[in-house]
Amino acid sequence: MTNSIKDLEEEAEVIFLIGTNTTENHPVIGYKIRQNVLKRGAKLIVADPRRIELADIAEIYLPFKPGTDIVLLNAMMNVIIKEDLLDEEFIEKRTEGFEELKATVKKYTPEMAEAICGVPAEEIVKAARLYAKADKAAICYSMGVTQHSKGTDNVFAIANLAMLTGNIGKPGSGVNPLRGQNNVQGACDMGGLPDVYTGYQKVEVEENRIKFEKAWGVKLPPEKGLTLTEIINEAVKGNIKAIYIIGENPMLSDPDSRHVEEALDNLEFLVVQDIFLTETALKADVVLPGASFAEKDGTFTNTERRVQRVRKAIKPRGNAKPDWQILCEVASRMGYPMRYDSPEEIFEEIRSLTPSYAGITYERIEKSGIQWPCPHTNHLGTPILHKETFTRGLGKFHPVEYREAAEMPDEEYPLILTTGRSLYHYHTGTMTRRVAAIDQHRPHNEVEINPRTAETYNIKDGDMIKLSTRRGSIKLKAKVTENIKEGIVFTTFHFGEAAANHLTNANSLDPVAKIPEFKLAAAKIEKI
Amino acid sequence: MINLTIDGKNVTVPRGTMLLEACRLAGADIPTLCYDPELKLAGSCRMCVVEVEGRRTLAASCVTPAEEGMVVQTESEEVVEARKVILELLLARHRLDCHVCEKDGNCRLQDYCYRYGVKDSRFKGEEPHFYKDDPNPFIERDYDKCIMCTKCVRACAEITGAFAINLKNRGHEVVISTAFDGGLKDSTCVFCGQCVMVCPVGALVSKVEKGRGRDYQTEKVRTICSYCGTGCTLELKVLNDQVVGVNSVRDERLSPVNRGALCVKGRFGWDFVNSKERLTQPLVRKDGELVPVSWDEALDYTASRLKEIKERWGAGSMAVFTSARTTNEENYLAQKLARAVIGTNNVDHCARL
Repeated sequence: MTNSIKDLEEEAEVIFLIGTNTTENHPVIGYKIRQNVLKRGAKLIVADPRRIELADIAEIYLPFKPGTDIVLLNAMMNVIIKEDLLDEEFIEKRTEGFEELKATVKKYTPEMAEAICGVPAEEIVKAARLYAKADKAAICYSMGVTQHSKGTDNVFAIANLAMLTGNIGKPGSGVNPLRGQNNVQGACDMGGLPDVYTGYQKVEVEENRIKFEKAWGVKLPPEKGLTLTEIINEAVKGNIKAIYIIGENPMLSDPDSRHVEEALDNLEFLVVQDIFLTETALKADVVLPGASFAEKDGTFTNTERRVQRVRKAIKPRGNAKPDWQILCEVASRMGYPMRYDSPEEIFEEIRSLTPSYAGITYERIEKSGIQWPCPHTNHLGTPILHKETFTRGLGKFHPVEYREAAEMPDEEYPLILTTGRSLYHYHTGTMTRRVAAIDQHRPHNEVEINPRTAETYNIKDGDMIKLSTRRGSIKLKAKVTENIKEGIVFTTFHFGEAAANHLTNANSLDPVAKIPEFKLAAAKIEKI
Repeated sequence: MINLTIDGKNVTVPRGTMLLEACRLAGADIPTLCYDPELKLAGSCRMCVVEVEGRRTLAASCVTPAEEGMVVQTESEEVVEARKVILELLLARHRLDCHVCEKDGNCRLQDYCYRYGVKDSRFKGEEPHFYKDDPNPFIERDYDKCIMCTKCVRACAEITGAFAINLKNRGHEVVISTAFDGGLKDSTCVFCGQCVMVCPVGALVSKVEKGRGRDYQTEKVRTICSYCGTGCTLELKVLNDQVVGVNSVRDERLSPVNRGALCVKGRFGWDFVNSKERLTQPLVRKDGELVPVSWDEALDYTASRLKEIKERWGAGSMAVFTSARTTNEENYLAQKLARAVIGTNNVDHCARL
């Protein structure tokens, strides 16, 4: 997030939510947005193919067709430019590439957008005006925007919209991706990505590599590595021979489970370090028992870049060990002595190599976390990014054109399948399926179907149905609801016995981010 | 600014300050049940009454603005007598089963009855009959203990915004209810448990924590929730090396993101930690089966196989999937293992999934 969670509760006057089912996936942020509406009169624009809870209190609800985000966003910018609602001063002083953007969005008229997105042109105009006229307007998005074969372009379009109206670098505004996992921000910050060391220092920049070579005392590979989805694809081809997986369950979380299974079966060696014998661990040659969040010290970094302390409350179960100790043992036995007496000692090494974390210490975050960048120990942290300048200096408009999703509905698979999470379960269910109360409350997967679509297939609420794509089929209960548009079906990926990712497409990746198109696959349904 | 005298002390507060706050500033220990600094004022329980010189009646300090020149007594004979009567009135429909109550030792009503020596009520009529049998697995609704402070109703509306509950009936029959008096699962309830968080008595308790240890028996460890990326602060309750519950941390200085608010997963979803299915021993595949082995065997085997593959196929044939679930320190070591030890940048995690 460029801004802070608190901004959504106390500062923003307009909040544009696109591709985030906030009250279910980030419930506490959802409460805050709702309270901003109730107590301060903030206005919401909700763009989502599903009528999410926040749509009920939204000023404008845009139920657009999955995969048409760019058309919707470009059309909003078209209106803003045409009606001169842009922030000229901000564009002039802080950005470059405006003319290119203007040329690109010119053809995306609201009328053209209506034809593609399936929402009335006048609603798009209203949304554009509401967003652009507000003093402080924030955009929040999540995987609904990114999990497309053009996810990167979708995010560019969002950034363009924010810069066009000067809604960045000030309270209550910003481009705010809501991150889905407790420490997904931290995993990225720590260099758990194939192209960067900690703090997004690129591995291909020699200066960075030399710095880390010096700190770690070894030569480091100069070329960037493969992304997770590429690694799975390369394993299928036989080019990847060994994978060491920590606390992840790609058998359920990655697209096209059969494809993932093929990849894992094709490996010479698979290590899985986890707290449960997951679907993935069952495939391993070695399973190393790690510790849960309650059993170790350390830090997590939340979606607003706040580094916070995690504390050990109980001992690891049985003979399990904290994950950091296991990693040290493996490294040492491979001939690279790795020894730390505590997570704090590791953190000290991290901050010595990571400018954005340099000013954060365990002592400083004992009570309350600090938001990076925090370059030195007298720095209070950064609740709002890009206040005076962007990382690259001027903010660059990246105009983007609409293209269709990789797999569009056709005669054989006439529906659009979109996938996600529910309030009660979490990711692949490794934890929540083992919480008795939660599993009792929500024991089964469901597929949401619009009543008119259901009628076409003679499906009633509660019927068992078969949901299929070109990858496979799953059997699950139908939930017939007006909350989803006609021709679209939605299901969650929490349930191993009816796993959405049996159906998703591993071949349609975003060319830059390599994110799979979880939000759109051609599907069919039948009653069983 | 306004100057007033509280229990003989001179206090200066900004205009608009309620007497309750002014009294607390003066060091007075004012009992409250319906008051919550984050919620709209109700002024309904009357526990916070104080004596203001020159006024005919006692004033509920939480809803009385401080005025210039006020002279206030917070624990005068009259105040104490009034509080005793109030407690008796509250006890009239509060089932006293402290010996089996989850909130024993952590109950405001119990504390105040102890403080003012109130053992029983002279106003008991027919037995309470408000217990709500609600089969949801998260929240127990024992309204035989409800004192109608309405904090649950206000927290539901003003923190979560779910508007699942409100008051039904009047007078002696008044009770907290969902629309049409159904179970919570048929209401707009999202089982965040903010109602449990604010309940000052044992009327609303966590079914997941029930019978696992009273609050005062447990050690509290402040940490961060392990579900979504919001980063809510919570407190784990620990007894005999087991997590037995979760408390809210409402102090913004310690809980800057959520100020105590949680969701169903954060408040009720911690039990996986104690699951019998937890992995407790390293496993190595032998003859097609994963069998328990010692750490030494598992680690030596892992290291030697990884080295073997690196020598045979090169570091580029290997990859590490680090984790959005583990700590920063562990992610740092995982990428260090990939880059410095194995020698590949093939390291990623499920940020995209």
